[in-house]
Amino acid sequence: MQASRRTFLKVCATGVGSSSLTLLGFAPGAALAEVRSFKLARATETRNTCPYCSVGCGVLMYSLGAGAKNVHGRIFHIEGDPDHPVNRGTLCPKGAGLVDFIHSENRLTQPEYRAPGSREWQPISWDDAFTRIAKLMKEDRDANFETTDKDGRTVNRWNSTGFLAASASSNETGYLTHKVVRSLGMLAFDNQARV
Amino acid sequence: MTNHWVDIKNTDLVLIMGGNAAEAHPCGFKWVTEAKAHRKARLIVVDPRFTRSAAVSDYYAPIRAGSDIAFLGGLINYLLTEDKIQHQYVRDYTDMSYLVKDEFGFEDGIFSGYDPEKRKYDKSTWGYQTGPDGFVLADPTLQNPRCVYQLMKAHYSRYTPEMVERICGTPKDAFLKVCGMIAETSAPDRTMTIMYALGWTQHSQGSQMIRTGAMVQLLLGNIGVAGGGMNALRGHSNIQGLTDLGLLSNLLPGYMTLPGEAEQDFPAYLAKRSPKPLRPGQLSYWQNYPKFFVSTMKAWYGDAATAENNWCYDWLPKLDKTHDILQVFEDMSNGKVHGYICQGFNPLASAPCKVKVSGSLSKLKYLVIIDPLATETSEFWQDHGEYNDVDPTKIQTEVFRLPSTCFAEEDGSLVNSGRWLQWHWKGAEPPGEALNDQEIVAGIFLKLKALYKKDGGAFPDPILNLTWKHRQPANPSPEELAKEFSGRAIKDVLDPKDPTKVLVKAGEQLNGFAELRDDGSTACGCWIFAGAWSEKGNLMARRDNADPYGIGQTLNWSFAWPANRRVLYNRASCDTEGKPYDPNRKLVGWDASSGKWGGSDIPDFKVDSSPSDGMGPFIMNPEGVARFFARDMMAEGPFPEHYEPLESPIATNPLHPDNPKARFNPAARVFKGDWASMGEADQYPYVATTYRLTEHFHYWTKHVRLSAIVQPEQFVEIGEELAAAKGIKAGDPVRVRSKRGFIVAVAVVTKRLKTLEVDGKPVHTVGIPIHWGFKGVARNGFITNTLTPFVGDANTQTPEFKAFLVDVEKLPVKV
Repeated sequence: MQASRRTFLKVCATGVGSSSLTLLGFAPGAALAEVRSFKLARATETRNTCPYCSVGCGVLMYSLGAGAKNVHGRIFHIEGDPDHPVNRGTLCPKGAGLVDFIHSENRLTQPEYRAPGSREWQPISWDDAFTRIAKLMKEDRDANFETTDKDGRTVNRWNSTGFLAASASSNETGYLTHKVVRSLGMLAFDNQARV
Repeated sequence: MTNHWVDIKNTDLVLIMGGNAAEAHPCGFKWVTEAKAHRKARLIVVDPRFTRSAAVSDYYAPIRAGSDIAFLGGLINYLLTEDKIQHQYVRDYTDMSYLVKDEFGFEDGIFSGYDPEKRKYDKSTWGYQTGPDGFVLADPTLQNPRCVYQLMKAHYSRYTPEMVERICGTPKDAFLKVCGMIAETSAPDRTMTIMYALGWTQHSQGSQMIRTGAMVQLLLGNIGVAGGGMNALRGHSNIQGLTDLGLLSNLLPGYMTLPGEAEQDFPAYLAKRSPKPLRPGQLSYWQNYPKFFVSTMKAWYGDAATAENNWCYDWLPKLDKTHDILQVFEDMSNGKVHGYICQGFNPLASAPCKVKVSGSLSKLKYLVIIDPLATETSEFWQDHGEYNDVDPTKIQTEVFRLPSTCFAEEDGSLVNSGRWLQWHWKGAEPPGEALNDQEIVAGIFLKLKALYKKDGGAFPDPILNLTWKHRQPANPSPEELAKEFSGRAIKDVLDPKDPTKVLVKAGEQLNGFAELRDDGSTACGCWIFAGAWSEKGNLMARRDNADPYGIGQTLNWSFAWPANRRVLYNRASCDTEGKPYDPNRKLVGWDASSGKWGGSDIPDFKVDSSPSDGMGPFIMNPEGVARFFARDMMAEGPFPEHYEPLESPIATNPLHPDNPKARFNPAARVFKGDWASMGEADQYPYVATTYRLTEHFHYWTKHVRLSAIVQPEQFVEIGEELAAAKGIKAGDPVRVRSKRGFIVAVAVVTKRLKTLEVDGKPVHTVGIPIHWGFKGVARNGFITNTLTPFVGDANTQTPEFKAFLVDVEKLPVKV
């Protein structure tokens, strides 16, 4: 039998087992080892876009994990989306390494706090962090909020705390952030587009 | 981008200048390759470095960093002198014939109205002459000496090929070769695209560099056509979207602007932003500003926003000045800013002059970091040896570091450079306790709101009344937020032509911004995104890649703002009769039988306005046409003029050697304390320019193993001549020093950086990639922005990272 590389992969990937392999010239021994199946075949495919530059390449993310309670899916492979009209399946050297971004050892995993003058981080709960941050913000806002300026004009601004918004967060995050920031009266507000 | 990535395949000529798409936007650059392969398009690259874009170009011309206006001004002079312009386009679609005020003038590098003390212009003379009917006066013969054409011709007549060579260091024959190739696209059926990026924006005159490029494109009739346009290749995946949503000091969503403190009168605020047409029969689409504004305020403040309280106009903070990032760090260094929140932003690495940023952060009372990764900013207080030499015990800032999700762990949309809002889906849970950004913003806001509700405090009204209608208040969903910015009807929206007809029922999602009203009956958080999520569903999630016209107009893939339009100003792709200049690349055209415009794109025009109405194609401008003369809209003048970078290797501006006021941008803002931090060429003789590598993305991918393997270590590029003069060999450690600090890196000695002859002397360029820091899995390195000057573009305040001065010295080789 003539088997092209493609046929061979197909046969192995579907894992149909001994009969096809016999045809290919692999005689099964006494103990039948399972043929390693193609991992992507059992993976969940999720569509996303690359978070780096602004080409907006489509990517396909492959994860394992059945989705059952207490089973956390893990993305193990990312490749270009061949349906995407711009990148048509390709990725650049950065995009090709995206899976290492998701699993970087420098991903932050818990809220941390550094006290004044301290040399180290200490863990803090989300609720304690939110409570403490809100208290600091309120103290600063209440002390420095300008309802009117020196000429008596209504200005309703808070210039002593600033906010730098992201460059890769979603529109939905950006919209919510803008709304919240302006409701507090902040003008010291910028995003990465500035630099 | 006025156009989009795939459209690049429709071009005849690509000019890459102020960017390096082959390395910084590789998968977008493939459309240049496509145009070269299938349309026989040619590629010109003008850059201080022989980049990988240059390596595959048909022609490469070197240029000194920071001199692009001189080059492009010389190109304008060439096109006007050789009469290589698209005559009909320029006559009918631009302001060439308009008459400018007699008082407007330009002398020895300075425009009329300059105040050297304030370093600002009084722009009252920068305008048109108007007739008794209020319309602008024009001379269609272009003979009047006060018409824009004549003024512009005179302005750029000084930019001779010899002057270009003297300022830019570009050999005259190379410059003329580029001019000749570009001039060919003045034919109505030939087009050029300009692709630029931070190589144009990051200068003290960056906005004017981009403007000069746009003026070239207008002269050639290349705006609004397939394969043409001014194409900004944005640097990050969603800075387009975050800019569209107005996350900048002085903006509101959809390029609306916050009021200044003098704007106490609400109707006057609206009137100023709703300009009446300056010529008869023009649309001046910004006249709809009140509809956009009121709809945003209804989205934000719901029932609290009423006609009686001017839709909560007083609740908006009023600007005293623009608080851009440089201004904020200046204020922080002076103790005026006490708290700072960094959401996915690493200013210690990304902002200029690290020593100033670090000192400013040390003065904060509190700093909140929201990020998926351990950034340098989050540890600005930590001693990291030579890379961050600080004493933590002396820094009293409280720091919170809050872990957020990354792209793979959330749903939502991003806007790419081509203005496509593309939805993406969550593929996994985040690590550990990380939360998504919306939960973190909600977490802080809801605590604040509870405190204000319980204890009261300064002006709580906007906080207590902010729209927050989420099924899980602590976790606003992307779907809910997308629907909110896309917009919905609060009451039935009626057809203005037939009020018995309901266009959208109360409670339904809107189809687009044409349905917005200024009477409070619609809510829309960002008018240019209106219709992204209509009753048809989430259009941003569409994935039909069909290209029925064969020119890459995939109208059913995602959603492009505005109105799903793919090429802006596309009415200008047709002649005055409404016929496409090139029928093979038709975007839109006038169909007399149906009385409508149509084609492969959504017309950027009043869809039923017949060509005989005489409406101009630039409907957002009150003129109806595009402007060469920028009126009072730019900080440093209506026509771009070349000025030297703040740190320049030559002592004078060769255009104005006797006027020190015109040496560098007369309107650039330099803070008092920062003048002393600017270096001169006697101590820092080499031009430095910073850039990205194709293997790395900003300061993120040093945390990524694959990227760290392929580019593990910090280096700088030095040309062979400079290396020989300094005895530097490839692989030697070198110290690069500016007046603000130093970095140490490995030398890469290269042919890619040529020594240029500028104003009679040799100028060497040092190339400095930006990607290293003291956190990551790559080898630690110095933050490149240790070196860069604390000055920005006079309009945008984008820092001047692309042209400054350094010295280089060889260090003893470490054993």
